[in-house]
Amino acid sequence: MDFTYDDEQQALREAVRGLLATTYADHDRRRRTVAEDPGFDRDLWGRLAEMGILGLPFSEDHGGVGAGPVEIAIVCQELGRVLAPEPFLAGVVHAGGLVAALGSPEQKADLLGRLSAGEIVLAVADTCPGGRWAAQADGVRASVSDATWTLDGVADPVVGGDAADVLIVTAALPDDAGTGVFVVAAADVVRTGYAAADLTRAASVRFDGSAATPLGEPGRDLTPSIATISDLTRIMGANQALGVMQSQVRATTDYLKSRKQFGVTLNTFQSLTFRAADMYVSLELAHSMVDFATMTIGGGDREAVADAADRVGLQIARAGRHIGQEAIQLHGGIAMTAEYAVGVGTAHLEVLDQWLGNGHHHLSRLAGRVTDHDLVEALS
Amino acid sequence: MQLELTPSDAAFRDRMREAFTTLVPQEIRDTVLEGRHLTRDQIVESQRALNAEGLAVPHWPSEWGGQDWTDLQRHLWHEEMQRAGVPIPLAFNASMIGPVIAQFGTEEQKKRFLPDTANLDIWWSQGFSEPDAGSDLASLRTSAVRDGDDWVVNGQKTWTTLGQHGDWIFTLVRTDPEVKKQAGISMLLIDMTTPGVEVRPIELIDGGHEVNEVWFSDVRVPGDLLVGDTGEGWTIAKFLLGNERVGVAPVGATKRALATVKADAGELMDDPIVRARVAELENDLLALELTALRVVAHSSDGAPHPASSVLKLRGTELQQAVSELALDLAGPGSLGARAGDDSPLAGWARRSAPTYLNLRKASIYGGSNEIQRQIISRTILGL
Repeated sequence: MDFTYDDEQQALREAVRGLLATTYADHDRRRRTVAEDPGFDRDLWGRLAEMGILGLPFSEDHGGVGAGPVEIAIVCQELGRVLAPEPFLAGVVHAGGLVAALGSPEQKADLLGRLSAGEIVLAVADTCPGGRWAAQADGVRASVSDATWTLDGVADPVVGGDAADVLIVTAALPDDAGTGVFVVAAADVVRTGYAAADLTRAASVRFDGSAATPLGEPGRDLTPSIATISDLTRIMGANQALGVMQSQVRATTDYLKSRKQFGVTLNTFQSLTFRAADMYVSLELAHSMVDFATMTIGGGDREAVADAADRVGLQIARAGRHIGQEAIQLHGGIAMTAEYAVGVGTAHLEVLDQWLGNGHHHLSRLAGRVTDHDLVEALS
Repeated sequence: MQLELTPSDAAFRDRMREAFTTLVPQEIRDTVLEGRHLTRDQIVESQRALNAEGLAVPHWPSEWGGQDWTDLQRHLWHEEMQRAGVPIPLAFNASMIGPVIAQFGTEEQKKRFLPDTANLDIWWSQGFSEPDAGSDLASLRTSAVRDGDDWVVNGQKTWTTLGQHGDWIFTLVRTDPEVKKQAGISMLLIDMTTPGVEVRPIELIDGGHEVNEVWFSDVRVPGDLLVGDTGEGWTIAKFLLGNERVGVAPVGATKRALATVKADAGELMDDPIVRARVAELENDLLALELTALRVVAHSSDGAPHPASSVLKLRGTELQQAVSELALDLAGPGSLGARAGDDSPLAGWARRSAPTYLNLRKASIYGGSNEIQRQIISRTILGL
């Protein structure tokens, strides 16, 4: 049992942190980036590709690096620290994850190769308006005629969908045969982009007889694999949220030490320092659970990963509400402004949770299983 | 990063699990698991059984019965013990005065006290808190005045847990009223049968007799019972209160308590609100346990890991939260708190209110949770 990074992982973290600092050293740069299309920094995306980050999860046969979950988690944490809007989680972890899990060798070589090289951006369309984290598709329907597949319906929100070149779409198969996954060119859909509360981009995507290529074997129900990739993405999203919260706790303590009111710095008020201490408690507990969930992926047990995704989803939701709210409150009015990173971080935490699975959702799932065990084991 | 225990640590855990479920009588373990009170004899019997196998004081120096285990091994020892319902070796002996004597005591004191302390042949009590010295311990007033080779002690200690069973008491006393308050404190070991020592019970809100006042009236203490130098008491007290990295939070016991609540709840577990409360607590406990593992896996000899305060703070909150859940599930059955054992009300329900009330202490003793917040905000966050 070991909760530390090895030397190479440490070096990866320093390298990613260093690269991100060249672009997002201050929040103003992030503000300007999200205000313009495509909502992230193409130059930075290219440099992430050069560094091998965009191919991190994929095998070397497909242009990737073949790194493990800990390395991907490190990247997500670093992106979270600076609220980077680059679609790594949506495009590489989630969309790339579906291609890597389900695609044919040719599809993997093509899509993952170009994704890793930074030549294309992917996004997942798996949620219909009003949908709530279901692996089964019900907003988009697939049809087949003479082995030619088309899709109809609406997916919304599609995170990162406005700038994506290729969409990975979950769709209901004909004859209630389950849910399939399809590759659709962005040119074959109608989409309307918009910004979420944290100013990262999403889109409403309409499929109207859109040409689609099944990912992997046509017509097969892929619901379990879709769920597993969502679980992996949930865990990596928790890593990203952890990075956000680390920055928020640091910013809050720095602020309490420097901001003066009534002629003294705010850290002279115990009513504030005790609340900062409680934020630290939430942060450390969440950190432990995030590391646990990340390490669970390495074990390769699908059910264990699903359980860990629920556990970390609940923990990070609770911590995110606590830290995100207190970070604003302890700063006061300044954190209500869009030019200050702390409040935007709170928005980002909410977007991550509502996109990937919020506390209510994960608690509901855990509560459903609560009598299946005597007690919860941390160590197997 | 790796979640699994190494094969040798996994084997160690299996060895502990085997030992704890075989060495200590089932009746004692059931008493712990059901949250009933242990007798003095049961506590002594259990600790002696552990000590015979080298499992009572593994963290002591090896020449006095320690095992030179890693912090992770000690964590596993502690968790498995709680899981099996084995009473934790008496903290006053095993965690407090034993390590102090081993660190600060003379060779004579070590020989005289350590073997008997490990084996619970001596039952130690703690004489630190006073009516006007709680969290502000350094303002204590119990005095020790030199008279020839002896010290003469006068004053009052309070919150002396299980002092009614005590053979000896380790005390912080003021030996020099003239200097800065921390510098005037020394540690004296006092035989509780000495004339002038009086133990008076304090009745608590749970109806139990767990703590006491201890009064000292011209109590004569031989000079060789001073631990360390005169004026070194504060340093010793900080060592005693701060040298723990393992077992700061009662993780295993609280997990066990929650599992027991689930089993006792019966069909109440069909209520979705109950299920959600249990699921949330289980998740909180998992996060706490993982944090405890992070602390023990990272700590090296020396300073305690700063996250120890997180463990104490959160661990006691969760311990209390589980007791609240049990009380809510007991409902009207909890009114039988002082009904006899022949009551038709379930035992767990009858115990739930006293347990809930009793556990309010957890966030007060051992450095109140406000003190822990102070440690976090100052030491960790630099505020």
